[in-house]
Amino acid sequence: MSQKFDVLVIGGGNAALCAAISARRAGASVLVLEGAPKFYRGGNTRHTRNMRCAHDAATDILTGPYTEEEFWDDLLRLTGGQTDEELARFMIRESKDILNWIVEQGVRWQPSLGGTLSLGRTNSFFLGGGRAMLNALYLTAEKLGVEIVYDAEVIDLEIEHGMFLSARLKQPVDGTSEIRASALVAAAGGFEANIEWLKEYWGEAADNFLIRGTPYNRGSILKMLLDNGVQDIGDPTQCHAVAIDARAPKFDGGIITRHDSVVFGIVVNKRAQRFYDEGEDIWPKRYAIWGRLVAAQPDQIAYIIFDASVRNSFMPTLFPPIEGGSIAELAGKLELDPAALEKTITEFNAAVKPGTFDHTILDDCRTEGITPPKTHWARRIETPPYLAYPVRPGITFTYLGTRVNRQARMVMKDGRPSANMFAAGEIMAGNVLGKGYAAGIGMTIGSVFGRVAGREAAKNARN
Amino acid sequence: MHGTKILEEADRLMTVCNSCRYCEGLCAVFPAMEMRRAFSDGDLNYLANLCHACGACYTDCQFSPPHEFNVNVPRTLAVARAESYSAYAWPRAFAGAFARNGIVISLVAALSVAAFIFGFAAWHDRQVLFGTHTGPGAFYKLMPHNAMAALFGVAFLYAIVALTMGVRAFWRDIGEPVGMKTDAAALLQALRDAGELRHLDGGGVGCFNEDDRPTDRRRLYHHFTFYGFALCFASTCIATLYHYLLARQAPYAWWDLPVVLGTLGGIGLLIGPIGLLTERWKRDSVLVDEARHGMDVAFIVMLFLTSLTGMALLVWRETAAMGPLLALHLGVVFSLFITMPYGKFVHGIYRFAALVRYAMERRAMAHGAGE
Ligand SMILES: Cc1cc2nc3c(=O)[nH]c(=O)nc-3n(C[C@H](O)[C@H](O)[C@H](O)COP(=O)(O)OP(=O)(O)OC[C@H]3O[C@@H](n4cnc5c(N)ncnc54)[C@H](O)[C@@H]3O)c2cc1C
Ligand code: SF4
Ligand code: SF4
Repeated sequence: MSQKFDVLVIGGGNAALCAAISARRAGASVLVLEGAPKFYRGGNTRHTRNMRCAHDAATDILTGPYTEEEFWDDLLRLTGGQTDEELARFMIRESKDILNWIVEQGVRWQPSLGGTLSLGRTNSFFLGGGRAMLNALYLTAEKLGVEIVYDAEVIDLEIEHGMFLSARLKQPVDGTSEIRASALVAAAGGFEANIEWLKEYWGEAADNFLIRGTPYNRGSILKMLLDNGVQDIGDPTQCHAVAIDARAPKFDGGIITRHDSVVFGIVVNKRAQRFYDEGEDIWPKRYAIWGRLVAAQPDQIAYIIFDASVRNSFMPTLFPPIEGGSIAELAGKLELDPAALEKTITEFNAAVKPGTFDHTILDDCRTEGITPPKTHWARRIETPPYLAYPVRPGITFTYLGTRVNRQARMVMKDGRPSANMFAAGEIMAGNVLGKGYAAGIGMTIGSVFGRVAGREAAKNARN
Repeated sequence: MHGTKILEEADRLMTVCNSCRYCEGLCAVFPAMEMRRAFSDGDLNYLANLCHACGACYTDCQFSPPHEFNVNVPRTLAVARAESYSAYAWPRAFAGAFARNGIVISLVAALSVAAFIFGFAAWHDRQVLFGTHTGPGAFYKLMPHNAMAALFGVAFLYAIVALTMGVRAFWRDIGEPVGMKTDAAALLQALRDAGELRHLDGGGVGCFNEDDRPTDRRRLYHHFTFYGFALCFASTCIATLYHYLLARQAPYAWWDLPVVLGTLGGIGLLIGPIGLLTERWKRDSVLVDEARHGMDVAFIVMLFLTSLTGMALLVWRETAAMGPLLALHLGVVFSLFITMPYGKFVHGIYRFAALVRYAMERRAMAHGAGE
């Protein structure tokens, strides 16, 4: 591979492919280097399901309008203002057109099927999921003549005064080689699979984190860029973390290890103590907070405890609940102190006030006189068998990234735009997502900035 | 606990898929799965027969091998489907025929052909067998029409009875035998789905066969095969009506309806099976139930031979080759009939029953949702 390309794209997920296709369509010669083998191509994108886009009217895939203003309000609320307003508003505006652009690249949407999550209005679902979406993008890229190499980990970047010169590539068979290109698009994801790096911010606790997505997002490209004078953005301790089954694999367990049964029971730590209001908010906010809450508990483990009366009230789970005929038996199986668990449950049950249960709204079933309270959906846990799911923090993705401008061009520490380096996707997500998370926004960031980055990189390369 | 190992595996996969649901837009299997939280043997056999083996959910799954969750829905359901055929076979004694299907069917075919040749020869002298016969009733110089009709009538009737018994057992296992009556709308929906092979389109782009590039070839060749078969069947029915109602004796002129239908159908039954065999040969082995290779191939080859011998008979029916060709053709058709309940032919029947069940479930759910 001695040939010189107009645009080099590092990564192989949604952001990378959108950039590659868009650069190729703008007339550039494009090389995509994907660090993973072919099956694992596409990083975390393989695990996604939907994308959040603004739109002014209902369509056959979306049940109602979701205006730019509403999207912006949602983003403002969930990030607590930690977002670059200009970039965020730009992304939201562009997201309208992405709904159609992505279809032109061969991706198909699923007609709204009722489904399990109440996202039919704001989010479009990929027919067949994220891997199907990726397969379509790869097929289109190949047809357009984008060159793609798998098992191609970039291990070094040569950058001079904010200008990309070449990349060094390591391949299992061919060894290392050097790639030159006129412009670079970095779309290599975050660093969530790099436990050592996570430990810098989380300490030893990070050893107990489970990584929901690809093991290939080790943040090496991000680190090289930051070391070469690119301005960083985002709080390194911020990430999207949810509570997932403790029995899940260390990496790549994907969507199916999640639990959303918190509202139906209580959550205790390894001392059999409750530690947070299980009735605080409805999905999806609730979904996004429990990862961090569990991370703050001893040994980063917790147990969702509920009883037989609600066992079929939530989505079927991959791992079956652990069962006990009595609280003490359940405690034994969970290796918790039986007396402590019995005490916690008895006190909880005694504090439950009568109300009308409705898990779709903030109902009036609550506790009185205990800390922490359960402010909604509180019902006594009293019907054996008693059931439990052990949960750990599951890291979805990290927010520390490279600063970019509206051209998706990287910004250097001195505030000047890079001569020829662009970034898209998770590697620059922190620009819009300072903290918090809203379902489907990862794909929006990747597609919008990927498309822009590809186009701008192609333009840059030909100048 | 399930009856077989493959049902255990199918249960494991359906549990994975039920907590994922990414594939719910691809075909009927996933929505049907979502209506259940636990899976009986019957449920799994139902889902297995609802699957059209389009391969999409394998190519689209983030957990397919080498991922440790090892999710391979198409292959698991293919094995479960094949095992369900013998589980519901009637009479039970013949259930084993599915296991060594290739051998059983070739044996039956060879014996039938031989029986017809020896039968013709024993009945008449060699002059008749190798003679040239033309004009109406030429075929019946070799075998009287009534004998032919009786023999094939009995074989056909047997096939119908055996198939019906099998489907009854299947229906009982997958459905609710009492109180669950098929409505016309569900039946119509199922007919349309089966007629279009709606679920063989990978959710719209085509089917996945040798790699991750979808194509529509398998659907096309299946259509050739199915509609070819249907045309040939129609031709036979019309010829029977001609004989008994109009007293017109075969062979008919090339422009006559039975011959036109038979020829068109015959062409479909030459193109379709060759196409299906080629596609099957190219198919990515991870998607294939290798152990049942013989069953698929045997059935496709039998359809092909039925057409080939029929077309040969049409071309050479006015020469001395007619006698042996007729014996050959009748032998193949006879063995096709009597092996129908014990070979790949049943997939169409069970799949159709599953589609009916699915259409009923969907309608029931739609009504329920309105309440
Ligand atoms: C279980 C799960 C479910 C999710 N569901 C959704 C959802 O429904 N909607 C949504 O919007 N978001 C979802 N997300 C978040 C979403 O996956 C990410 O926001 C998105 O994938 C980021 O896209 P990307 O292209 O930037 O990175 P990725 O898709 O992660 O791609 C990064 C690529 O870079 C490659 N790479 C890394 N280092 C190197 C290197 N040194 N050399 C070469 N290549 C390298 C990797 O192999 C990978 O292919 C989900 C995440 C997870 C884990
Ligand atoms: S086949 Fe894979 S992607 Fe599809 S529903 Fe099952 S687990 Fe999910
Ligand atoms: S029909 Fe296709 S998508 Fe559906 S289960 Fe079978 S192989 Fe999977």
